Amino acid sequence: MVTDPVLLQAAVELFPNGISRYAVGGLLVGLGTVLIYVGTGIPAGASTFLESTLSYVSDQSRFQQYVASRDWRLVFTAGIILGGLAFAATFQSGLVTSSLYEPGTTGQLYEVAGVTLWQTDIQPWRLFIGGILVGIGTRIGKGCTSGHGVCGVGSASKTSLVGVVTFLTVAIGTAQIVAALGVSP
Amino acid sequence: MADRHPLFKPLIFVGGIVFGFGLGFSHMARPEVVLNFLQFEDLGLPFVMFGAAIVSGIAFALLPRIRDAAPLTGDPYERRLKPFDRNVLVGGAVFGVGWGLSGICPGAAYASLGTGNVAILWALAGMFLGAYAQGYWRSRSQTRDTAPTGAD
Repeated sequence: MVTDPVLLQAAVELFPNGISRYAVGGLLVGLGTVLIYVGTGIPAGASTFLESTLSYVSDQSRFQQYVASRDWRLVFTAGIILGGLAFAATFQSGLVTSSLYEPGTTGQLYEVAGVTLWQTDIQPWRLFIGGILVGIGTRIGKGCTSGHGVCGVGSASKTSLVGVVTFLTVAIGTAQIVAALGVSP
Repeated sequence: MADRHPLFKPLIFVGGIVFGFGLGFSHMARPEVVLNFLQFEDLGLPFVMFGAAIVSGIAFALLPRIRDAAPLTGDPYERRLKPFDRNVLVGGAVFGVGWGLSGICPGAAYASLGTGNVAILWALAGMFLGAYAQGYWRSRSQTRDTAPTGAD
């Protein structure tokens, strides 16, 4: 096979961190979803956790509809957090290395008890205001990047495909405007 | 719910760990990397989202042909298709603004906390506040409606 050096150069610029860490990570995210689906028949999304957990502290009818699922959603989210920690204790700490894993250069690394942890440079006000909009939007829009993006698209749901196209388009526009205004990080 | 299989929660837990590990490995738990995608500086993100969707899609398509019901719940394997309405567009757009501003989404935010990103607590606080605000508002408008519609 002859590789076009111009195309190769373009690919390197578009994928400065390669694609393997993204593809392998995506396969694992899919595998986690599949494990739960095989055993339980549940196509799990991450954002319903917000409302189901609020049902513990609020009597609003909107949250009470999630009482039946709130316990396992808490377990699912605890698993996600622990999965992130397992990644931090292995690849992020350099304990395990692989040619498929490309370490990042963003944010700040710090160490606690021999585990290399990571913290974002993104400003708190962006995280907080973005979080509020994410909290409103995923709940009104019936799903987030995992519910619509992974489970919905995986089910070939037209609603989810429209949802994904909508939030991707708006997010790209927003990020471009925020960057053009000089907000960084 | 009390008669669920004893392995129900352990399996959900293990599934969550694999899910969260994948988000860490793919760097989706780093808001900067998501923002780099949205600014076209690193196009890796679709490999995560569509890679995961392909894997889950294969399972969603195959399992109903192999078995009738899931072993731990007895629930049938079926596609859970959410109905389309204006909310999908409105909510998707609001989520898009939040995602584009902060680079965080729910699953990745939980995983991010696990990688040590304590600053993400700002985002988590925001998400709960936003989810509560919409729930409060929608609970009110539901009681006002004379003919309540089914939950989505």
